[in-house]
Amino acid sequence: MHSIPGRRIILSLFLIFLLLPIYWLVNMSFKTNGEIVSTMTLWPHKPTIANYMHIFTDESWYSGYINSLKYVAINTVISISFALPAAYAFSRYRFLGDKHLFFWLLSNRMAPPAVYALPFFNLYSAIGLFDTPWAVALAHCLFNVPLAVWILEGFVSSVPREIDETAFLDGYSFPKFFVKILMPLIASGIGVAAFFCFMFSWVELLLARTLTSVDAKPISAVMTRTVSAAGMDWGLLAAAGVLTIIPGALVIWFVRNYIARGFALGRV
Amino acid sequence: MDKTVNQKAWLLVLPVFLIVAFSAILPLMTVVNYSVQDTFGNNQFFWNGLGWFKELLDPSTDLGSRFFASLWRNLLFSGIILAIEVPLGIVVALSMPRQGWGVAACLVILALPLLIPWNVVGTIWQIFGRPDIGLLGYVLNHMGFDYNYVSNDFDAWATVVVMDVWHWTSLVTLLCYAGLKSIPDAYYQAAQIDGASRWAVFKAIQLPKLHRVLLIAVLLRFMDSFMIYTEPFVVTGGGPGNSTTFISIELVKIALGQFDLGKAAALSLVYNLIIIIVCWVFYTVMTNAGADRQANKGVA
Repeated sequence: MHSIPGRRIILSLFLIFLLLPIYWLVNMSFKTNGEIVSTMTLWPHKPTIANYMHIFTDESWYSGYINSLKYVAINTVISISFALPAAYAFSRYRFLGDKHLFFWLLSNRMAPPAVYALPFFNLYSAIGLFDTPWAVALAHCLFNVPLAVWILEGFVSSVPREIDETAFLDGYSFPKFFVKILMPLIASGIGVAAFFCFMFSWVELLLARTLTSVDAKPISAVMTRTVSAAGMDWGLLAAAGVLTIIPGALVIWFVRNYIARGFALGRV
Repeated sequence: MDKTVNQKAWLLVLPVFLIVAFSAILPLMTVVNYSVQDTFGNNQFFWNGLGWFKELLDPSTDLGSRFFASLWRNLLFSGIILAIEVPLGIVVALSMPRQGWGVAACLVILALPLLIPWNVVGTIWQIFGRPDIGLLGYVLNHMGFDYNYVSNDFDAWATVVVMDVWHWTSLVTLLCYAGLKSIPDAYYQAAQIDGASRWAVFKAIQLPKLHRVLLIAVLLRFMDSFMIYTEPFVVTGGGPGNSTTFISIELVKIALGQFDLGKAAALSLVYNLIIIIVCWVFYTVMTNAGADRQANKGVA
């Protein structure tokens, strides 16, 4: 790639702009509330891990993380396993209504969660799934399944059709071909699709909060508890925020080599 | 690629169809149902026909004026962030290193804001912008600016826009980076032999390759900024006054705040329709662009 003039400066400034607010959050999470409110310090002068200890020892706090991870995991597994065969079908075959179906799937990715909040509440209360991780996981399928189909379709299309034909000639049955040959070939695509399902389920709040009340409360809803009669507990809020960044950062590290292609939905 | 016609493919698609239909069609029917009825509590509903829709699309009523005010506000917001994020994203993508450990480091840092839960994004900026405990607010106020996003309309807008730039520019950058990586080195060598200027290389080689990813970027950014809810809600709560009340915030206020189900449902449907129309245009443009490319390949 040809470089542009001053590229190091532009890039450094932008990365600093991205990191500075995160640094500030990390900085605050290691301070006591007294230090946060009384002085402006660029780094914690009296570093403390009390905020983190509070979260790890209070069940109502750490169960929030477990609840969030539960529905994210369920959602990712459902999305990928449902989307894989569909992606193959869209990539290889022409069938009645295929284009309309594909567009309809995509249009759900574009539906504002705010529109669905109340009807989902009614629906999941009616079938008795309200306040379980399943409700949130199924609700998130609304936008994650279409996305997974979209990404996987791009990756399946990059596998030459001759491979399918050869496998069938060699006597592979369809399920055996799918699991033994196709899935290993698009392993990076499956990883990328799983990453995106994780990402969008992890960052979404409105539906997750509407569909839970006590037992399956996600961490994002627990965080609102830091407002109390004694004022905001800033240190605790910052520590909880930092802990929500960590799973994302770990996942990015695993897919870093495929991430750019993934963001182009497997279509570059 | 010519695909074979095979109606059995429906069997492979059926699970996806069922699970999305369960989450999409049933709730949508509920919304349609609410949108044509009125309620006075006690679960008693009365047929109201198109009454809510007429009220919604008439700017002289309370509901209509709120809808149009939030609609224009949201369009302005989407316009501003597209105008900033797309050029900035391209410039940053062009500044990325080509190889070495720097690439992975850049990618990880760039992707970081995208993986932060949206309410935490709001919290980060809420803290960062506060004049008393936030670095940004503190520095600005000490430089002599009277910056306060809680009381000043302009400051609230600036905070929400900068937050969105912080949150989503990386998406544009990553898309462009993927597009740029797919350009073979031979193109650049040819340009060098021809003595092409930096600008000519960008216009003749890089921009055409970016066309497709930029289309995805622009439309994803449009959709998501048009549906924005959590981040501005956490930072400004839609205020000061109504100055940062975008459509989703208005909708949730009407639906869950006032429990005006009919009004909220009518608003939902119109809102969804606007997005679906834009989505249809997007899909058509994209498939046509794809067809053009296939045709070009055939000629070459």
